[in-house]
Amino acid sequence: MSKQINIALIGNPNTGKTSVFNALTGLNQKVGNYPGITVEKKEGICKLPRGVKAHIIDLPGTYSLNASSLDENVVIELLLNKNDKDFPDVAVVVSDVENLKRNLLLFTQIKDLEIPAILVINMADRMKYKGISLDIDFLEQELKTKIAVVSTRKKEGIDNLKHLISNYKDISTAPCLNASEIDKDYFDKLRKAFPNQLLYKLWLVITQDVNFGKTDRNEIEAIASFKTKSKSDLKRLQQKETIKRYQFINNTLKKGQTIDVSQAKDLRTKFDRILTHKVWGYLIFFLILLTIFQAIYDWSTVPMDFIDGVFANLSDWVKNTLPAGAFTNLLAEGIISGLGGIVIFIPQIAFLFLFIAILEESGYMSRVVFLMDRIMRRFGLSGKSIVPLISGTACAIPAIMATRNIESWKERLITILVTPFTTCSARLPVYLIIIALVIPEGRFLGLSYQALTLMLLYLLGFGTAVVSAYILNKILKIKSKTFFVVEMPNYKLPLFKNVALTVLEKTKSFVFGAGKIILAISIILWFLASYGPGEQFNNAENIVKTEFASQNLDQEELNQKIASHKLEHSFIGIAGHAIEPVIRPLGYDWKIGIAIVSSFAAREVFVGTLATIYSVGNDDEDTIKNRMAGEVNPILGGPLFNFASGISLLLFYAFAMQCMSTLAIVKKETNSWKWPILQLVIMTAIAYITALIAFQFLK
Amino acid sequence: MSQTLNTLKRGERAIIIDVSSEEIPLKLLEMGCLPGNSVELVQVAPFADPMYLNINGSHLAIRKETAIHIIIEKEII
Repeated sequence: MSKQINIALIGNPNTGKTSVFNALTGLNQKVGNYPGITVEKKEGICKLPRGVKAHIIDLPGTYSLNASSLDENVVIELLLNKNDKDFPDVAVVVSDVENLKRNLLLFTQIKDLEIPAILVINMADRMKYKGISLDIDFLEQELKTKIAVVSTRKKEGIDNLKHLISNYKDISTAPCLNASEIDKDYFDKLRKAFPNQLLYKLWLVITQDVNFGKTDRNEIEAIASFKTKSKSDLKRLQQKETIKRYQFINNTLKKGQTIDVSQAKDLRTKFDRILTHKVWGYLIFFLILLTIFQAIYDWSTVPMDFIDGVFANLSDWVKNTLPAGAFTNLLAEGIISGLGGIVIFIPQIAFLFLFIAILEESGYMSRVVFLMDRIMRRFGLSGKSIVPLISGTACAIPAIMATRNIESWKERLITILVTPFTTCSARLPVYLIIIALVIPEGRFLGLSYQALTLMLLYLLGFGTAVVSAYILNKILKIKSKTFFVVEMPNYKLPLFKNVALTVLEKTKSFVFGAGKIILAISIILWFLASYGPGEQFNNAENIVKTEFASQNLDQEELNQKIASHKLEHSFIGIAGHAIEPVIRPLGYDWKIGIAIVSSFAAREVFVGTLATIYSVGNDDEDTIKNRMAGEVNPILGGPLFNFASGISLLLFYAFAMQCMSTLAIVKKETNSWKWPILQLVIMTAIAYITALIAFQFLK
Repeated sequence: MSQTLNTLKRGERAIIIDVSSEEIPLKLLEMGCLPGNSVELVQVAPFADPMYLNINGSHLAIRKETAIHIIIEKEII
């Protein structure tokens, strides 16, 4: 019934494939996961001429159909499985005009699968600067395809691409070269054994180690048994195949592409001379990090104060407008306070994602990988570990997934194990509120003390990650071959649309992901804090009145006493008191204890929890920060959140493994419970011990 | 005279003569590191490792330990 066309968007990394995807789909896209694995699946809908709709999948970037990672497996699994509901009617292969030679390797492989393929030559705006001219007619004829010359930056060529897609039935499915010439005998035998199958498909199944869809499995297994060659022979053949393909590509481009070097403007060399310099390169990297933290701190103050005020007002308005009762209390004290605790951090989290997106999009991240590799290797990591460690400052989950392109298993495992030490955005809410409470305002060399403290915490997280990596490298006895290949893409001005969509998508999933947990926990906490067992809770009013009868308190003070007496004897109060002996040496009271326990689900719950606990039975309209500042330490007197307990809390949150989603992802990526359990136990132990030492020294 | 890739100096160019297929990952070959292609050293990190190369128009970085398995012939300038 549907006239929908299935499109697979395929291409090398750094070809602007995602820009093409964004240009085709706009906001009609969604990000999910492939079933059973944690590879991100981006899909979208594109409207074509004559009312036809196209469903587009943006497949993970890959250099060839010889998969070497989970992400790349996704590409060939889809292309080899005709029964998959997403199997493409047409493949759109995106290439970068400056790297056509390399990009065409993948294109010739896809042509061998006899899937209609359109070639997109992207970044056409760069042709002038690089002195490149192309003979499109000749290339179309040699490559047996239709070519769309596109510039997503200048928004050119997209309509032509849409036109080509809607006429995909006219595109030839013939391969551009005969790869089976590399070993005629072998391929003849293969053809005879499986006359009904596509030769190149057979070859991929033999050389690859992938899972296929259920439907194809039986026949594929039969083919896989046709292994008449040893592994190293197969590898030699793959090498021959690659050389053969490059011969064809070189010959084609010799006639179809001319490069006038005298016209080329080489900005890359100029930038690289400074940005990858032995001294300046490192200095600039450090300055960029410093700027990011200062910006996150300074630029977000205004929107954050605004959001804080709005939620406090909203809670107050609900209380005054809705009829009094349990539901109104739940809404005002539980849900709104809890949600306010997460919404307030949107500005900072968005800024963080913004900077990471810019670093990635501009091509600078690869330079950092290059600069850091040698240093990181000393600690048992790879230069590529820098990407997970930096994006770990946003969230450990995508960071751990980003370790997939680290070639050596040992380097990858160590990166996975230490990444949760980096300061993720979920720690940010906790840090910010505590820093605001215990670190004085004032400036040092133009940087505020509070921003410097935050920077120190980030460095602490990073330092701990690196030191633990060093120790793990000594302890872990894993032998694995190390390879390291990283592409150094050209510098690009980040496209606004790409950056904006990334920031929007990531912030949204952070807020909704965390929001769900926080909402649930806020409601549970509110119930636990609003009800309690026994005489002490139910008869609180009388007990307090008798106790303070001699002191002549006014009504307001009395109400406060009653509320806090009730809270202390509520379910949550009882639970909090039970764990108090364990956390008292760290300088925390039972309320902080509750917040810590509930934040084992996710760290950012901490602030929401305190917000919920403090607002129960509290009628004043006030911000979370002011409420926390007003808390008094029941034993030592003075403010509960002072320098000693504040530092102790900061250290606890810096080290503790309090994120169930991260543990789940580590289990998935390492395929064992051993590693996540190890992380949980060791990180929490480090957290407890350092927090204990800090508080005992500073108090 | 043939040498290994790690002896290349910054700014020098060479032609790849041979790559030892046992030691070199397929991925590197696919990125253009094949006999007959040209290679230029763009930049080195401290201690000359990793090496930032321009191979056949592709810009990529590899470690010294990989570079010793690639045989080159330097261009005489």
